Amino acid sequence: MQIRAQLNDRILYVEIDGEIDQHSATRARQTADRYADDYAMRSEKAVFDLQNVSFMDSTGIGFLIGRYKKFMRYGIPVYLTNPSTATDRILQMSGVYTLMPKI
Amino acid sequence: MQNYMKLEIAARSENESFARNAVAAFALCLAPSLSELSDIKTAVSEAVTNAIVHAYGKKDEGAIAIACTAEPYFAEKSGEITGGVLHIEITDQGCGIEDVQRALLPFFTTLAGEERSGMGFTVMQTFCDGFSVESERGKGTRVRLKKKIGGDHFQLPSADTSACEGALIGLEREDVNAG
Ligand SMILES: Nc1ncnc2c1ncn2[C@@H]1O[C@H](COP(=O)(O)OP(=O)(O)OP(=O)(O)O)[C@@H](O)[C@H]1O
Ligand SMILES: [Mg+2]
Repeated sequence: MQIRAQLNDRILYVEIDGEIDQHSATRARQTADRYADDYAMRSEKAVFDLQNVSFMDSTGIGFLIGRYKKFMRYGIPVYLTNPSTATDRILQMSGVYTLMPKI
Repeated sequence: MQNYMKLEIAARSENESFARNAVAAFALCLAPSLSELSDIKTAVSEAVTNAIVHAYGKKDEGAIAIACTAEPYFAEKSGEITGGVLHIEITDQGCGIEDVQRALLPFFTTLAGEERSGMGFTVMQTFCDGFSVESERGKGTRVRLKKKIGGDHFQLPSADTSACEGALIGLEREDVNAG
């Protein structure tokens, strides 16, 4: 899993590429949290773009909620966008969108 | 004889991707759709990840056995395989589950501190057509999954999320062992 961040007009776009599972999430956590630390003061919201997530299981739910908590500590709300059908189903059934709305 | 596949892997997280893709590759013999393949990968990943994360804990040892059988469905005219039923068994010899009924509840997890959501078993049940768990403390856990391939012949519920609740009710829970 690769994570890239880009700040545009005080919106932090976090793009996630590849497969989210237990193995890949371990390292990706640190990368994502570093973006939160680095960009928090200059952003007012974060948008996680899931377009290139090719696989995700329930580890992804914990991963996304963990990042949500991290950003919320800086008072920055997180939104999700472009999930695949399979990813969308998992996010919907677990209620993730009530924390991080889909836009 | 029925077509089958068996493999054993070390309970290490780098094998997660291999395990789910190996089962998906075996499932190709039943001519699945892309969305059926995606369901199979997700469900297998849940069971394998549980064995890695929960069964053997922090210990860097232990094995996971994966066994699949394929029951093909043959088209009447051409005799071609156009679907069937895939049976998947994922077994570990780890710590076992103390209370299986409770473990199956959505959002129940014993590892909340490690960013676990407690949705793995719910995902397996939603993405498969049959599901059961047998577990004994100190001995290990076996998860059985059944996936029907070829929706036309079996009239599967549609993949939209409103069907999830209905799918959960129709599960084969009778052989769930409370441990
Ligand atoms: N193979 C196993 N061996 C021992 N305990 C298990 C095993 N599989 C599941 N469990 C127990 O059942 C609980 C529920 O499992 P489930 O997969 O639903 O959630 P989780 O793994 O805790 O979280 P998530 O899958 O959402 O990351 C686990 O927290 C664990 O206590
Ligand atoms: Mg799990």
